[in-house]
Amino acid sequence: MEDHVRMRLIKNHIFKGTVVLFAFISLLPLLLILYYITKNGISVINWDFLMNLPRPIGETGGGVFNAIIGTIILIALSCVFSIPFGIAAGIYLAENSVGKLGNLVRLCVIVLQGTPSIVIGIIAYLWVVAPLHTFSALSGGVALSIMMLPVIVKTTEETLKLIPYHLKEASLALGVPYYKTILKVILPSGLSGILTGILLSVARITGETAPLLFTAFGSQFMNWNIFKPIDSLPYRIFYYAMSPYPEWHTFAWGASFILVVLTLAFNLIARGVSIKWKIQF
Amino acid sequence: MENSVLTVERFSAYFGDHQVLHDIDLSVPKNVVAALMGPSGCGKTTLIRCVNRMHELLPDTKVAGRMFLNEKDIYTMEPIVLRRKIGMVFQKPNPFPTMSIYDNVIAGYKLNGIRRSREEFNNIVEQSLRSAALWDEVKDYLHRKGTFLSGGQQQRLCIARALAMNPEILLLDEPTSALDPKSTSQIEELFVELKNNVTMLLVTHNIGQAARVSDFTAFIYLGELIEYGPTEKMFTVPKDKRTEEYLTGKFG
Repeated sequence: MEDHVRMRLIKNHIFKGTVVLFAFISLLPLLLILYYITKNGISVINWDFLMNLPRPIGETGGGVFNAIIGTIILIALSCVFSIPFGIAAGIYLAENSVGKLGNLVRLCVIVLQGTPSIVIGIIAYLWVVAPLHTFSALSGGVALSIMMLPVIVKTTEETLKLIPYHLKEASLALGVPYYKTILKVILPSGLSGILTGILLSVARITGETAPLLFTAFGSQFMNWNIFKPIDSLPYRIFYYAMSPYPEWHTFAWGASFILVVLTLAFNLIARGVSIKWKIQF
Repeated sequence: MENSVLTVERFSAYFGDHQVLHDIDLSVPKNVVAALMGPSGCGKTTLIRCVNRMHELLPDTKVAGRMFLNEKDIYTMEPIVLRRKIGMVFQKPNPFPTMSIYDNVIAGYKLNGIRRSREEFNNIVEQSLRSAALWDEVKDYLHRKGTFLSGGQQQRLCIARALAMNPEILLLDEPTSALDPKSTSQIEELFVELKNNVTMLLVTHNIGQAARVSDFTAFIYLGELIEYGPTEKMFTVPKDKRTEEYLTGKFG
């Protein structure tokens, strides 16, 4: 009997130890990525690197200013496209938990989330690049917004579903029309959740490269025109890393570092928003 | 009945194929508290939700018969207009969590885009909170969130929010069932005072509450109105045997 108990206790310890070990091992890749990127990237970062344009082959120096601006423009464009559609679809799903259209939309969102990003790039090429006969920031924004859409739709739906039904009743019972109830009572109550979803989806698309390859395309120059090709951080990393020049390789590390910091920042802000702005019901 | 604020004539309600209310006839005079009591599932909540047409939010509902608010047919009015004249207080206190106490009280105006001057709003807020016996407790915190109040205070805030619209009828759907005894008795006292301003329709499964608060009582059982009359009379000499059995605790 005594031995039995001891055996079980030992097994318990072994089990716990294994779980902790595996949890730690699964953290390792992330820590290593952060370590390498910081080690190789941080030394490249300086004012010149941040504020200069890429130089042509043969010249030394150069930076990623246009890539940073390009990424910001692409994020802004994709937010403009995806947020209204995403929130509207999320509201529809939360308001119609049963029904054919709702189920169809839900299925589409799942499929869209699983669609390879390169395929989404091709779609944006067909929709925007081909008709306009030019690569453009606009087409890149469209591609990225399609990638953002599922996350926004899902988080909006989940957030709104958690809002107690009695709040909606309270508003409707005051004679407030349905659309105002949704816009002024329900949406504000779910603001923190929806914002978190948007920020997480932004964090997700910031590093996307594949959908930009034949949409935004990349550019050596500073460009503010959304109908022209535009640079982006992931594309710049790809370009620098594929080059045969050691200096450009270090630039790729530097750009990677900026990209990781940016993504991390979006994630942290999302976390902050979801905690700080949480509404108590 | 003459001068009745609310008249219900041969009113039936259905959820799908299931008939929830059977030919209800009822009339409520001005400035009284009328209690609707009965065991759970008897249809009393459905009845008051039909008064401000909140039942229409549920799918597959159907009604027959008529209801009048001051001789105007409720079912020919626009629901959003009707609901501004008939306030409602729910089982669970439901102040708007994103709004301050002040904004909660005038939410009916703000959300409906009804404009008033700052001074008028100040007056409406003070009067409504006074009527709901909440003013003294919250007058220094008007711009804090309403959700920081206690349950009983939140419920009185919801009453103030409904009163701010100057409704003709206030529907009370088991308004104290989520509250502690002290808050319950405060709110019951409040109802007696509010009679001067507004007619109240109180759903309760608490027989004692109906006896303490109401002037008229309706006993509803299995979707039928069994008996309706002055509370005092019904509690002392009920006409129907089922009412008597319910009052003496034989069922429900």
